Amino acid sequence: MTPHRRWSLQLVWLIPIVAALTGGWLAVKAVLDRGPTITISFSTAEGLEPEKTRVKYHSVDIGRVTGVAFSEDRKSVVASVELSMQTEAFLVADTRFWVVRPRLTGTQISGLGTLLSGAYIGMDVGSSTESRRKFAGLDVPPIVTVDLPGRHFRLHADDLGSLDVGSPVYFRRVQVGSVVAYELDKDGAGVQLRIFINAPNDRHVKADTRFWNASGVDLSLDASGIRLNTESIASMLVGGVAFQTPGESAQTPPVQGNPNFTLYPDRGKAMRLPDAAEETYQLIFDESVRGLSVGAPVDFRGVVVGEVAAIDVDVDSTSGDTRIPVEVRLYPDRLRGKSKQAAAANGVLVGKLVANGMRAQLRSGSLLTGQLFVALDFFPDSPKASVLNRGGRVEIPTRASSLLELQRTLSRLANKLDKLPIEATASDLRKSLKAFESTLSATERAVTRIDKDLTPQAARTLADLSHALTKVEQGLDGLAGDNAPIQTDVRETLREISRAAEALRNLADFLERNPGAILRGRVEEHAQ
Amino acid sequence: MSTAPTAVGLGLLACEVCRLVSRAPPPGNDAHCPRCGVTLHARKPASLARTWAFLIASMILYAPANFLPIMDTSSLFGTQSDTILSGVAFLWTSGSWVLAALVFFASIMVPLTKVIALAVLAASVQMRATWHPRTRTRLYRLIASAGRWSMLDIYVVTILVALVQISTLASIHVGPGAAAFGAVVVLTMFAAESFDPRLIWDILGEEP
Repeated sequence: MTPHRRWSLQLVWLIPIVAALTGGWLAVKAVLDRGPTITISFSTAEGLEPEKTRVKYHSVDIGRVTGVAFSEDRKSVVASVELSMQTEAFLVADTRFWVVRPRLTGTQISGLGTLLSGAYIGMDVGSSTESRRKFAGLDVPPIVTVDLPGRHFRLHADDLGSLDVGSPVYFRRVQVGSVVAYELDKDGAGVQLRIFINAPNDRHVKADTRFWNASGVDLSLDASGIRLNTESIASMLVGGVAFQTPGESAQTPPVQGNPNFTLYPDRGKAMRLPDAAEETYQLIFDESVRGLSVGAPVDFRGVVVGEVAAIDVDVDSTSGDTRIPVEVRLYPDRLRGKSKQAAAANGVLVGKLVANGMRAQLRSGSLLTGQLFVALDFFPDSPKASVLNRGGRVEIPTRASSLLELQRTLSRLANKLDKLPIEATASDLRKSLKAFESTLSATERAVTRIDKDLTPQAARTLADLSHALTKVEQGLDGLAGDNAPIQTDVRETLREISRAAEALRNLADFLERNPGAILRGRVEEHAQ
Repeated sequence: MSTAPTAVGLGLLACEVCRLVSRAPPPGNDAHCPRCGVTLHARKPASLARTWAFLIASMILYAPANFLPIMDTSSLFGTQSDTILSGVAFLWTSGSWVLAALVFFASIMVPLTKVIALAVLAASVQMRATWHPRTRTRLYRLIASAGRWSMLDIYVVTILVALVQISTLASIHVGPGAAAFGAVVVLTMFAAESFDPRLIWDILGEEP
């Protein structure tokens, strides 16, 4: 064999060398590509499939789930995740993971793409420097990611209303943020909300900014008509928070630090000017206060000057008297109005008003709901009274409500009605009726007899009468005919009478002219 | 065992291509087939060394061929990488036991047995073993004919890659494992081709 041939034969060993290099490179690459392995615990493994579910950060595929197993206490599932290389820096203490699934909330639909592709694990890299390999996954995607510019604020509310995580936050009806989290106070006395307002709108939050719950619809009816007020259609459905600064000016610097704000139930309450002074009075009612609730307005001739603070029942154990003391808070500033009088001592102003006849009265605010409010008004006809100071509590005399008075009048009327001898009257009436009835039957009998006995006789009489009348008619015909003898005689007689009357008149004329003729008799005419 | 005269012993060479038997030239001269002109060899030159080289290369590549994905399927429903074994497992769990067995046999068992069998044959010649020459020859014939069936997988992947390219809906890409797997199959075929089964019998002829 020639050296050349030998060399070419040795060349065949290049093939395994190349294969070894390729295989070795692949192996090294596989090892190098392998990034850190972490575990994430979730409450459910829904949508998590080993070797299929991906981990994505800003939609970039950076790893995959390699296994899903139960935690040691079997209360959660632990997903093992193999990340690609160069992700070490992402794995810090406050990095958050969550499963992206299709989600339908009131304001948005998200994760629709995962309907087809299956769920994936989303990731939000934290800012901590502490490295970590074990994470607890979130059940819902976080609203705000760490790298989003803006500020968090804390709100305190009596209740959550219809707010939820993700509910929008509005400033002048522009959505500027959202509710990030909420939790009950430790003592359960309220709800603590955390909201996030995106930069640059977070600078609109000033020290005296008022926040209110903008959920639902605010329907108000006033002299100018019906006004429907809502932040947006979305907030009608899912609720929302709105804020505004009263008497706002652009110069006011944004609030510093991390202050707590109060979340008012509605805009009216939020924007109400704070009442610096308040006085507590007691009203004693003898009637039912059903329909009166704590917070109901105290109204002075239509102007709200305070609110009901407490309602109790006071039973006197010795006498057994029951009274209902209602505690009200009055804001005397509102009564004084704009005149800058020196603040009168507690009760002085009210004392004057009571002396002038002011009384407290329960009135119905709405016929539909039966809600009551406390009205302060003047009743000049009421008996003289003055404020009582009972155990440190100033008491404003009360007056029964007009409804109660009406009720009392009605009951008095009913009592009187009750006293009427209705039963005796009724039995008398019954007797009278019986007598009347017997009278009627007697009458009926009489009528029957008349009918039976008299009617034939009457018929006969009538026939006779008719006959007689006919005869009379014939007789009359004899009398009234034109040449009837009686008529001629009458005419003759009348003529005679007429002549006699003329002679009599002549005699009368003669006697008038010669009255002496009666004595002397007739003398000749020429003697005159 | 065999006392029959061999062609080499009688100074005859057979042409590998046209099968013409001719007399060997004196040593030192290259023999050429008088009919078709191909260089003649009494035995395949450097048969054992070539066989070993191809065998070792295919053994090395057998690992990535089985561990790396041969196919990347990306569709609306996500991406998926399949190795040969995961494909077999998928077929098995989805109920296609016959297909699973076929793929398992053709793509995993055949290359593996081929490599092992060739290694055994080459080692037996290397160590001048004399046992069961007839069985060993039959084994060689078997692996030389069965080798090409392993290419089935490669064909399937190639056809799928060419057909399923519906851009966003679904597409299939060849994974690095396919190249390694193809290399393994080709290298084992080369190794089987390089091995000269006459060497098995040569040892027996030299024995006495």
